[in-house]
Order: sequence, then C-alpha cells, then structure tokens
Amino acid sequence: EKESPQSFLNSELFTLTYGALVTQLCKDYENDEDVNKQLDKMGYNIGVRLIEDFLARSNVGRCHDFRETADVIAKIAFKMYLGITPSITNWSPGGDEFSLILENNPLVDFVELPDNHSSLIYSNLLCGVLRGALEMVSQRLLFQ
Amino acid sequence: MADEALFLLLHNEMVAGLYRAAEQGEGENGRCTTKLESMGFRVGQGLIERFTKDTARFKDELDIMKFICKDFWTTVFKKQIDNLRTNHQYLAFTCGLIRGGLSNLGIKSIVTAEVSSMPACKFQVMIQKM
Repeated sequence: EKESPQSFLNSELFTLTYGALVTQLCKDYENDEDVNKQLDKMGYNIGVRLIEDFLARSNVGRCHDFRETADVIAKIAFKMYLGITPSITNWSPGGDEFSLILENNPLVDFVELPDNHSSLIYSNLLCGVLRGALEMVSQRLLFQ
Repeated sequence: MADEALFLLLHNEMVAGLYRAAEQGEGENGRCTTKLESMGFRVGQGLIERFTKDTARFKDELDIMKFICKDFWTTVFKKQIDNLRTNHQYLAFTCGLIRGGLSNLGIKSIVTAEVSSMPACKFQVMIQKM
C-alpha cells in the first residue's frame, strides 16, 4: 500500500512535533525521570480521549479476555494510529502480562539522543496513552 | 503513517501540559507562548526541509509565499486547521511553524495570529528585510 504525500507529511508533522515536545521537556525539567513522568502523564491524558475516537471508528466490541485485548491493541489500534503492527511476546504464565515489541517505531525517526540522557525513555508517551485508553475501558494496568 | 487525530490530541495536550506546568511552578503565560512558538519553529524548519526536497528553487519571495500558502499549508493543515481551538495560545505553535518554514527558505519574518470571529483566524506574516 503506497502512502499518499498527505499522510506522509502528516506523519512527519507528528514525529517532528513529538521531538520538539521532548526537547522542550528536557529543557524544562532537571532530570530524565521527571521528563519520563511528564511524558507518561501527557500520554495518559491523550489516551483518555483517544479511546473514544478509537471505539467510534474501529467498531471493536468488548474483549473477552486479555489475549484479545493485546491483539486489538497491536493489530488494530497501533495499525490505525501509527501504521505499524507491534509483535506480542513474553506472555506471563498467568496470562496477565505481555510485551509489545515495536520493530520500527515511527516516533524515533530523525532522533538522536545525546549521551547525557541515558535514562530518558523517549517514547514513554505511548505507555501513558495505553494506560489512559485502557483505563477508560475498565482495565487498570501497569506499563513499563 | 500517523493518524491525524493523534496529532490533534498531542497538540492539545502539549498546550495544556505547558500551561499546567507553568501554573504549578514559576513562569507566566507569556513564556508558554514563547515555548510553543519556538517548538513550532523547529518543526517548521524540519518540515520545510523534507517538503522542498524535490521542488525547484523559488524565484522570489512571492513565489515562496505562494508555496507556503498553497502547498505547505493545505498539505499540513487542510483538515486540521478547523479542529484547532482558535485562541492565541493554541495558535502559537502554528505561528512558529510558519516562521520556521519561511526561515529555512531564507525569509526572516514575524508571524502573528488574530481571531476576530470564530472559527476564522487570520495569520499576519511580516517579512523583515535583512
């Protein structure tokens, strides 16, 4: 599927804007932990609202179990909003924990982190988004 | 490909987050606007670089302005502009975006925005002769 120039630019606008935001937060806060926290918080606020858009546009109904939830997140939500499909791995024996692996994370295009930001979690916004979105559909989760 | 809803929510949250942080700490509204504007500037610089990769060199300033108003603007904001909350704090980023784009095309400018009747909004671009 070929991308139109419109969506190509939209995606760069998003990536660059996110980069500018992280840069600004690094200037505003003294340490990386605070930046990570702030990114998570902003992500949460975005997720809380994004879920409405997602439910309205995706026609996805209630998930029957956590595995289905994982599938919906990876195959529908990520595909719809970032154009990628992360792989789902590392299921815990109890089936209550898994990892999403992003092979090509569009957020990090054009990004180079300086050495003095080794504990910055650049894409931490995504954790917040997932947390916020899932909380709205009554799943309380911990993201790392 | 990133969905545009995502950009809108990110932009909203960027503005809200900056103001929230300013309320808790020091700093006043003026600084938030400056921050938003400079973030926009940086993004504008990056975007125009990508956007003009394959276009011919511009003849003059008018040519550049036409490009900004037509191609750059409609491509980036065609649908999104209607959704931005039109008041000054939400426009700071966009002002910076235009200024950054122009700056990388060799035009130094001051960009301000004005909202006289919602939802229309007027951007004024003042070119500074060097």
